[in-house]
Amino acid sequence: MSAIHVIITLPFLLAICIPLFKKVWPGIHMGWFMLPLPIALFAYLINLIPVVMGGGVFHYSLPWIPSLGVEFTVLLDGLSLLFGLLISGIGSLVVLYSVFYLDKQKENLARFYVYLMLFIGAMLGLVLSDNLMVLYGFWELTSISSFLLIAFWNKRERSRYGALKSLTITVCGGLAMFAGFVLLYIMTGTFSIKELIADFSAISGHDLFIPAMLLVLLGAFTKSAQFPFHIWLPDAMEAPTPVSAYLHSATMVKAGIYLVARLSPLFAGSSIWLWAVSGIGLLTLAYGSYRAIKQTDLKALLAFSTISQLGLIMSLFGIGSAAAFYVGTSQYEFFTIATAAAIFHLINHAVFKGALFMVVGIVDHGTGTRDIRKLGGLMAVMPVTFTIALLGSFSMAGIPPFGGFLSKEMFFTAMLNIREMSFASMDTWGALFPVVAWVASVFTFAYSLLVVFRTFGGKSQFHQLEKEPHEAPLGLLISPLVLASLVVVIGFFPNLLSHSLIEPAMAAVYPFGLQPNESFVVHIEMWHGFTTELFMTIGVAVIGIAIFFLHRRFAWVNEPMELNVSLNSLYDHSLKGLDSGASWFTRNYMTGSIRHYLIYIFLFLTAALGLNLFLAGDITLKMDDFAPISFYEAVIITALVLSAIAVPFVNSRLMAIILTGMSGYMVTLFFVIFRAPDLALTQMIVETVSVALFLLCFYHLPNLKKEVVKRKIKLWNIGIAVSVGVVMTLVSLSVSGSRKFDSISHFFIENSYKLAGGKNVVNVILVDFRGFDTLLEVVVLGIASFGIYALIKMRGEENALNSQDQFGFKLDIYGGIRSNDVILRTISRFAVGMILLYSLYLFYMGHHHPGGGFIGGLMASAALLLYAIAVGMERFEKTVPVDFKRMTGIGILIAVITGMGSFLFKAPFLSQTFGYFDIPLIGELELATATLFDLGVYLTVIGVASTILFTIGRDK
Amino acid sequence: MELYMSITIGVLFTIGVYLLLSKSLLRIILGTSFLTHGVHLLLLTMSKLKTGAPPLLGEEAQSYTDPLPQALILTSIVISFGVTSFLLVLAYKSYQKLGTDDMEKLREDTE
Repeated sequence: MSAIHVIITLPFLLAICIPLFKKVWPGIHMGWFMLPLPIALFAYLINLIPVVMGGGVFHYSLPWIPSLGVEFTVLLDGLSLLFGLLISGIGSLVVLYSVFYLDKQKENLARFYVYLMLFIGAMLGLVLSDNLMVLYGFWELTSISSFLLIAFWNKRERSRYGALKSLTITVCGGLAMFAGFVLLYIMTGTFSIKELIADFSAISGHDLFIPAMLLVLLGAFTKSAQFPFHIWLPDAMEAPTPVSAYLHSATMVKAGIYLVARLSPLFAGSSIWLWAVSGIGLLTLAYGSYRAIKQTDLKALLAFSTISQLGLIMSLFGIGSAAAFYVGTSQYEFFTIATAAAIFHLINHAVFKGALFMVVGIVDHGTGTRDIRKLGGLMAVMPVTFTIALLGSFSMAGIPPFGGFLSKEMFFTAMLNIREMSFASMDTWGALFPVVAWVASVFTFAYSLLVVFRTFGGKSQFHQLEKEPHEAPLGLLISPLVLASLVVVIGFFPNLLSHSLIEPAMAAVYPFGLQPNESFVVHIEMWHGFTTELFMTIGVAVIGIAIFFLHRRFAWVNEPMELNVSLNSLYDHSLKGLDSGASWFTRNYMTGSIRHYLIYIFLFLTAALGLNLFLAGDITLKMDDFAPISFYEAVIITALVLSAIAVPFVNSRLMAIILTGMSGYMVTLFFVIFRAPDLALTQMIVETVSVALFLLCFYHLPNLKKEVVKRKIKLWNIGIAVSVGVVMTLVSLSVSGSRKFDSISHFFIENSYKLAGGKNVVNVILVDFRGFDTLLEVVVLGIASFGIYALIKMRGEENALNSQDQFGFKLDIYGGIRSNDVILRTISRFAVGMILLYSLYLFYMGHHHPGGGFIGGLMASAALLLYAIAVGMERFEKTVPVDFKRMTGIGILIAVITGMGSFLFKAPFLSQTFGYFDIPLIGELELATATLFDLGVYLTVIGVASTILFTIGRDK
Repeated sequence: MELYMSITIGVLFTIGVYLLLSKSLLRIILGTSFLTHGVHLLLLTMSKLKTGAPPLLGEEAQSYTDPLPQALILTSIVISFGVTSFLLVLAYKSYQKLGTDDMEKLREDTE
């Protein structure tokens, strides 16, 4: 755990504490508690600048899932530091701004700041992670916190729409990126960015290189709102303005750019990367700036402006990657200018766009509208805000002497440099880049003027406003003032940044280009002389001003774009189609009919089993070593088959139950024949108890009706039933005709007596070798019996059918219809005692002879049932005052405690042991812990079976 | 013997599945019983029929039948007893509440 890890964790910890603050100091605005954290982080990161400037890189690792190559490794170099400073710096200002922007009374501030802290933590984690999987996790967490923040005013339909849209698009991109990361892992076997970059030559020729690159780019483009994925950003403006300023302009949307810069050493040198990043970036730049001048809502205008500026930075990183083609030549540094421009503009944009968003928030607050058609003339009433807006817009427009001018000049230089490239068709198409860049800059200039002069200049029309406009309180002005003064400072002293931030960041983007002792030298100057760039800027200003004045006069410039086929409607329609398609599909197969679900299951079963049998060639009909069939067996088989086949045809419940019982007894006979005495005993008792159970429930169920079903349905049922039967027959034949591998049974036969001291192998398997299974089995039984108890004791609703009325007689079988059979009553008293004694014998002898806890327990409860039938429930409860539910619990407890007893001897749970003891009078006696365990089973089974039988029997 | 057993298993499965697909709750529960019988016999048949003495080591035999399927079946018998009784109670309780044991009608009522 290093200091960097702590930085990432702190915001999350603070988020956890928020409910506490709310409880303890409810009167204080929550933002004040948040403010110290980003400031402290900013100060800490500022302190690291000298180290990073000197080429220092912080790299710490915490093991997380080593087997998957996932480690929580942090990496702090120039690029991470730059982003960390932006996140914490702008974060501090935004938190301060939000304190005055969000009302303590009206808004749910605790929720807001939890989301915001979540975002800060996630964003810091994103830029400081070295492991791609960890980076991905934080990446998605930023999407989620952005979703929560956009939908902060979740009562508004537009907020929810915008939130969902941004989540859908960025998460889809994130998934693609995830796939790209996995491909990178497949190629190199590591998720570490550092190791990947060191190993970059190994992957550049790989088949998966291009797919991985495109998938990663998809993630970056969706996050950074590049065309055509930009459509989520304007709708994200439904978020509270501090959020728009922070997430959707200064930090989160730059995560895509960060990823491109971070992985640039890996992918630069591929012409597809160069074209994709710079091409898409330039397209976004032009499209965004053109759309921006069409907007009437100030926030929407700034949203499109953000899209356009993100495109600008993206394209610069793309062009900067071209330097990889010139490593070691004199032209290398010539092309790295683009990257320097990108990093410089990244900072400028965060500063001026942050300020402008805050201005829009102030205007919105002060006037009640953001529509530039209603605004105007605010200069007089809001002088401070106007000044901030002026500085921000002029920087954005690229007017000297502000920071934006400098980066815009560098941008032009980089674009003009493209003409020097002589590869990847750049020599043919490269000339287009400066042209498009220039046109986009004209639009940028025009909308920058729109922002400031349509709002603050012109005639005042205050009567159209909801509120009387007024200057904002000082608290609201501090943050934008800080940013506005930064705009000026950067403009005059750009080299404050170039050595401290830009050069170390460039070193991270270009790890190979320089000799060990070299470093990048970025020197930014206001005045270069009369260069092409300067003339381009003058041209931009002239045409931009012309467009600004035309804007009011000519409808075609002014009109918002209303296209029939737009990307937004494409998104809306495909989402709607997906939604209705999915629900149509679900409605059609999730019908709610059990029969349909069973049909799916059985069809799948037959298809899967049958197909596999067929494909594996396992269907054998070798009958050579089949055992012969005797007369008795033939009789049993015939009886079983006949009784089974008869069941679907009978319409009397009694008959159906008896036939089912009969087939059960036939199965018991099979167990006898096939030398399974334990099974025969168990099946016999269970069958008896089951028939009794059916008969008990019988009173509560209606008589069977002849099934009236359509012929088609009936044929389907028969078809499916027969196909399952046929497949099962084939399985059975194939298994008994051939044996592919040896059974593990000989282990049990050999070791049953040696290791467990028992001669009844079946019982030893149950209580010793597979004791854990048995333990859980009795727990399941216990749950079933309690479930039955709960079902029956559940209070019926008023309209429930009263079964007593329906049948006209009392239904307490044990009490109501007392057995008149004197013989039964007389014999049962003796018989019950004998059966109970026998059940104890069965239980105890189970270790060596047929029997055991299950059989004994079932036998005992059968005896109890017989007694209850004979003497009636009232009498039964008097003579046998046992709470069977408690008995179940005690039984399970005994079994568990026996199992835990092995802990005393430092053996694993349920290790059994045994020994022989000489006891006076009785002689040598074997005592085994397994018997104790079996006692638990015995008691549980009695408890379970009796609970079930007597609860049902007593139900009215 | 294995051939006849296999056919019997097939019949038990067929009847079980057919009953499961019917509308009456009681028939469905009976269907599960038949499925259980089919599975038990299938397990037993898999381990070669009649190849030795019962798996009781006191018998001092040359070979014993396979104890493993027997242990599995024993577990299954007891569990299926629990399941069947739970289903039965569920069936008659829902009949008391809803007034029908027809699966199709139960489904319509919920809509």
